[in-house]
Amino acid sequence: MTQALTVQNLTAHYGATKVLEDLSLSVGKGELVSLLGASGCGKTTTLRLIAGFLEPTSGSIRLGDKDLTRLPAYKRDIGLVFQNYALFPHLSVLDNVAFGLKQRGVAPGDREKRAKAMLERVGLSQLADRLPGALSGGQKQRVALARALVIEPPLLMFDEPLSNLDAKLRVDMRVEIRQLQRANGTTSVYVTHDQEEAFSISDRVAIMNAGRIMQFDTPETLYQRPANAFVARFVGFENLVPMKVSARDGATVTAVTGDGSLLKLSQDRFGAIPDAFVLAARADGLSVSTDAKAEGIPATLGLRTYLGRAYQYQADTAAGQLIANGSLSAPLEPGAQAKLVPVPDQCCVLKPE
Amino acid sequence: MMTSRINPLLILFTVLVYIFLMGPLIIVLGASVSDTTYLTFPPQGLTLRWFENIFEISAFRRTIITSLELAFLATGLALLVGIPAAYALNRYRIKLPSWLSTVFVLPILVPEIVLGFSLLKSVAVGMETPIFLTLLVGHMLLVLPYCVRVVSASLASFDFSIEEAAVSLGSPPVKTFFTIVLPNVRSGVIAAFILAFITSINDVSTSLFLTGPGISTLPIQILAHVEQFFDPTIASVSVLLMLLTVAVMAIVERTLGLTFLAK
Repeated sequence: MTQALTVQNLTAHYGATKVLEDLSLSVGKGELVSLLGASGCGKTTTLRLIAGFLEPTSGSIRLGDKDLTRLPAYKRDIGLVFQNYALFPHLSVLDNVAFGLKQRGVAPGDREKRAKAMLERVGLSQLADRLPGALSGGQKQRVALARALVIEPPLLMFDEPLSNLDAKLRVDMRVEIRQLQRANGTTSVYVTHDQEEAFSISDRVAIMNAGRIMQFDTPETLYQRPANAFVARFVGFENLVPMKVSARDGATVTAVTGDGSLLKLSQDRFGAIPDAFVLAARADGLSVSTDAKAEGIPATLGLRTYLGRAYQYQADTAAGQLIANGSLSAPLEPGAQAKLVPVPDQCCVLKPE
Repeated sequence: MMTSRINPLLILFTVLVYIFLMGPLIIVLGASVSDTTYLTFPPQGLTLRWFENIFEISAFRRTIITSLELAFLATGLALLVGIPAAYALNRYRIKLPSWLSTVFVLPILVPEIVLGFSLLKSVAVGMETPIFLTLLVGHMLLVLPYCVRVVSASLASFDFSIEEAAVSLGSPPVKTFFTIVLPNVRSGVIAAFILAFITSINDVSTSLFLTGPGISTLPIQILAHVEQFFDPTIASVSVLLMLLTVAVMAIVERTLGLTFLAK
């Protein structure tokens, strides 16, 4: 029976180093949540804490109404899929899959039947008698998945499961994982450093940095409405321009950049804008304009690259080097003077760091 | 078909190495069947009476048994200590100080003669332990480094996330060690057993100090015999010792190998 996972105020140390600080996370029944971040951000530590391989300094972990915090790992009943597959090299594919059932005291005939059925589901029934060493990476990860799913765990966790596979297989496997997870309705935690992977597979994503969750939201919200500069940079907002409000007129706010250029922004679009803020935009969100009357950030254009759908420019401004896109119809040469006009739909307003 | 020319010098060199390695074996084997009352090679005549003679000398009969008991017990005990030690040293490599694994090599760094002498002074005389027990302690110390080293080498390539996978599937840690870890370092355990066994059964330096009235090991008995006699019995005992070692190696390889394979 699948269960909701609740992690509350989890703090963990490696020796004297604090690796996780006051982390709280809830995963709904049947939901797939990804922990996303660079290496060393604490995502794997979080997974290992939930699995019971590490002990937290403080905080609690609950699965449904069961308190896991001090329960030994082998009693936690969590399905795990590892980055390096971690198949038992001395057991056949079938025995690998049946291992968890054996621990649960399922009768030999029954466990063979269930293991075979699970292998069928991941499309590997013809390899049941092979040893893991004879399988390809993708096949190994399917066996690992079958081995974790066959025990019908209330919680399934993935630790960078696709990192050792090549790019094409990675995309196929993540679709497969998502389909199996959906079909079983298993609550899942998925650890990865790959943003595309996390966003494509998850119901919600927790972006982590230095042992904390920076933002926990749906992929859409994270991508379009990052809550802070860290997340903005993480999801590809290359341009972060500090600004100050100089005048307010109803919903319209006039903001000024470091070099005194003015921008008008509507609070209908951006919500309440604080007196000091950061305007965040991807290259798509700043449009290069040579119109002298345009309201934008004055810039001297640098290197131009061709992207197919647009030209991209490195632009020097008083706020530092920014990246902006310009139309294909009028390529501009390095050294040209232009204005970078924020595209309202593509920008966000963040609190200063 | 491609044929590659092999340098005749290389062939010569290889043959010389083989002669060098096998020469002593052939000489001992030859001498053991010589129908003379002194050691000689090539053998003159052909007889098995020197093999019979071993069993007529009661000291040889006793010491063969003692040596075998000692080798089995010392190796068994050393593995009992060495396998868990090797496991801990590898499993917690990051957390443990690096000098800790060096400690397990110390017994082979100390000259064996010194090891024997200090055991005699501090254990046999100091604690008045029975001779066999002192021998056992000495041999265990002697073979422990091999056990830890060889099993460690095997564990170094073992991926401990496999162990975690088993635990996550509901297998308690101790059971996991036996069902998952041990079968995957089988070859290391077998190699450790064989190395340790050979070291123990051939040991002279340490045993020399620790044997005493009534209890001796085969190599020490051979030494004692050589001091008085120069007949081919020595050669035949040596052949017997080699055969015993080979037999044990074969049996261990077979049984340990098969038990580990059966799940």
